[in-house]
Amino acid sequence: MTQHEDGAVPGRRGAGGAGQGMRAVPEPPAAPADSKEADVTKPLVAAPADTVAGEVVLRLTDVVKTFPGVRALDGVQLEVRAGEVHCLLGQNGAGKSTLIKVLAGVHRPDSGEVEWRGEPASFANPQAAMRAGIATIYQELDLVEDLSVAENAFLGHEPRRLGFVRRGHMARRTRQILARLGHPEIPPGRLVRHLPAAGKQIVSMARALSHEARLIIMDEPSAVLAHDEVGNLFRIIRELTAQGIAVIYISHRLEEIREIGDRVTVLKDGRTTAANLPARDTPTNDLVARMTGRTIEYVFPERPADETAGAELLRVDGLTRSGEFADVSLAVRAGEIVGIAGLVGSGRSELLETIYGARRAHAGTVRMGGRTLRPGSVGAAVRAGMGMAPEERKSQALLLGEPIYRNVTLATFGRYARLGFTDARRERAEAEQIADSLELRPRDVRRPVRTLSGGNQQKVVVGRWLLGDTRLLLLDEPTRGVDVGARAELYQVIRALAARGVGVLLVSSEVPEVLGLADRVLVMREGRVVREAPAGEIDENTVLDLVMAGSLMEGAPA
Amino acid sequence: MTETTPTATPERAAGLPAQSPPVDPAGTAKSEPPARLSWWRGDGGEGARRNLGLLATLLVLVVIGILTRPDLYGNASWVWGNTLTILKLASVVGVVTVGMTFVIIGGGIDLSVGAIVALAGVWSTTLATQSYGAGGMIFSALTVGLAVGLVNGLLISYGRLVPFIATLAMMVAARGLAAEISDKQTQVSNDTFINGIASTNVLGIPLLVYILAAVVVAGWVLLNRTTFGRRTVAVGGNPEAARLAGINVRRHTLLLYALSGLCCGIAAVMLTSQATSAQAAMANLYELDAIAAAIIGGTLLSGGRGTIVGSLLGVIIFSTITNLFAINGLSTEAQNMVKGGIIVAAVLVQQVQFGSLTQFLRRNRATSTT
Repeated sequence: MTQHEDGAVPGRRGAGGAGQGMRAVPEPPAAPADSKEADVTKPLVAAPADTVAGEVVLRLTDVVKTFPGVRALDGVQLEVRAGEVHCLLGQNGAGKSTLIKVLAGVHRPDSGEVEWRGEPASFANPQAAMRAGIATIYQELDLVEDLSVAENAFLGHEPRRLGFVRRGHMARRTRQILARLGHPEIPPGRLVRHLPAAGKQIVSMARALSHEARLIIMDEPSAVLAHDEVGNLFRIIRELTAQGIAVIYISHRLEEIREIGDRVTVLKDGRTTAANLPARDTPTNDLVARMTGRTIEYVFPERPADETAGAELLRVDGLTRSGEFADVSLAVRAGEIVGIAGLVGSGRSELLETIYGARRAHAGTVRMGGRTLRPGSVGAAVRAGMGMAPEERKSQALLLGEPIYRNVTLATFGRYARLGFTDARRERAEAEQIADSLELRPRDVRRPVRTLSGGNQQKVVVGRWLLGDTRLLLLDEPTRGVDVGARAELYQVIRALAARGVGVLLVSSEVPEVLGLADRVLVMREGRVVREAPAGEIDENTVLDLVMAGSLMEGAPA
Repeated sequence: MTETTPTATPERAAGLPAQSPPVDPAGTAKSEPPARLSWWRGDGGEGARRNLGLLATLLVLVVIGILTRPDLYGNASWVWGNTLTILKLASVVGVVTVGMTFVIIGGGIDLSVGAIVALAGVWSTTLATQSYGAGGMIFSALTVGLAVGLVNGLLISYGRLVPFIATLAMMVAARGLAAEISDKQTQVSNDTFINGIASTNVLGIPLLVYILAAVVVAGWVLLNRTTFGRRTVAVGGNPEAARLAGINVRRHTLLLYALSGLCCGIAAVMLTSQATSAQAAMANLYELDAIAAAIIGGTLLSGGRGTIVGSLLGVIIFSTITNLFAINGLSTEAQNMVKGGIIVAAVLVQQVQFGSLTQFLRRNRATSTT
């Protein structure tokens, strides 16, 4: 659950607040806003240098990065100036994480140019990027819990003499840096384990400064912070930029971007759809349109004309896991597709796994066909007719070295067995039927799953539940890492299943997918269902508003 | 062949999308030859080449034997007798290794096997147990092995101890208990049936070798042809995926250690018979021999992959080395050095195979994008 591509973990302490508002923080207009109707199809590049006077420290031109099956970055433009806070905006999967990793030297771009301080640059590894002056503060802070503050700040480049660490010198310099960050009260000798989340973030920043960073990339830094700590974070960011340091700031919360940002670059599907927009007064709907404007055509199968779904299949009442989600109630009828929209960290995957029994609920019940399921038992859920395609295909669903057919029959091989002896011939025959009906490529079910593309691997996972007497299918991000063509096929499969009376509960961070595929939509934020509506009565912008509403900046919890 | 299988079972009812399947006009999917399943690799795939490599290694060892002692190898009846000696030498550790292979494929490790053999051997040769005769002795050896294995399994699956720690503790504790029961004395077996097992030949082949063969065949069938084997591979290969597919991972883990314990019980009877006695120090370091044999046999220490045939070849390679040193009158110390070297070489070969695979993928990826 930790390897989210574009993880946003909204702070839960600031829960509450109205979901609707994405009001701009009133600020004196610093530059003329591009208030024309947004032309979503063409990249928009605002006139540069309106608010920002510093020299250009970083320029990316047409950066492309592909992974097998995915074009994660597909022509990214980015220009960052000294002393500015440059915000990166984009939906989950837009390529923000990949872009950060390119800048941090984790990935190397396949093509395109990276210009760092006026010269072409290519960072072979994270150390090289750090030496060049680019520091990255990841969302999951990469600190060593059992080392001290000073040891963490200077991890990997400890001041040395004759092979011995100069501990006194290191502590002194750490103290200086912490003072510069406005936190002289943090003792350099304290173990990081004993610091609160905000303190750990300070240590991460101290590490960046210990490298004399000229550019600091912050990936959702406010996600781990409580309300009042965000103000402190912003104060530090302002002090850093005043010293000429550039900051790339990533957040899903538009309010934060308005407050701290200077310019905004918007990514979508690995492309820059807008660059250098003024952060304070670009209209919200403009930004949202840039984030969502389609270039990929989603092809959804048509919904059946008559909306008469069958009997109620699944009923969830007051399901709660503290810290993950609270008091969730929902129902799925036979033949109905119910979609859950929400950011990573909104509790949607955890909810799905709890319904499935892979996590134990702290409160609430799950009923299938009227019978209450034993909590925390996957076996009970499977026997009651549930099947799940989990979020992380490779780590949660597949035996990569095993042949396709054995993966397809992983949940059902026992049913084909006689007296404990497996029936490989029958299993292969069944798997071949599945492979045919799902148009799996390659068809040879004896090939190891490892050799399949992401889309075909997903078909194997879904196909697994077509074999049994599955009545309810739980799909967690079924199209992640799946190319466009295979997506359309998967949508067809899901719709066809529903047409046969299978209930489907679908989680996706891609809002159009939820809206296009589901009959009914639930919107989750910070562990709660904030809206439920038939798919026809809610549009993408409304969902995005609900999903990203910056409750954090809207005052005290309700 | 799909047409002839009973596809209209009730399980399918909820199954496939209505508009499919598209007909495969060329019939390519079905005209492929049926899977050729060879006896040495199950139907898992990659094991075949590795097992051929092990056979080649064995061949090299034999050639070394021929080169160093041409006088002995010139005598056909000596060669036959020596082959039986090697197999007999392999039999006890071989039985333990079969259980160990299951545990390792299932993602665990069992360091307590030698201690379990000793405890089961000592328990079955106390005067009290011997008074029940051969049946009582065999029963108690198997039961003790099974019970200790169950305790291991309970600690690991439900007590959530790391397998290494749980079985390390058991290794110490079981030997301690064996020493306590035997009062640190060697307990002589007076049962002629038990003592006869190791000295009996059937059709010119030692009974111990038949026992090994039976255990190996049973292990192979269990791993490759039963739901138990499939669960073992799933649980070791990806426990999370197994769990989410509805497999009871904990219960299966428990059963794996019980199976290992049972194998130790069988081994205890064989070893007691060979020595016509049992003592707390017997089966010393068997855990290392068994683990090493499984690993050079191609079982992945991280779980999810391994073959019974590979493990058997691993055991035979080890006993062939021992035999090679014996017929050349060399010391045990040098022998252990060679064994250590072979373990390292086997692991290196595994890494090279994986390394070259990932390198190949990486290179492929790089070239496809430029």
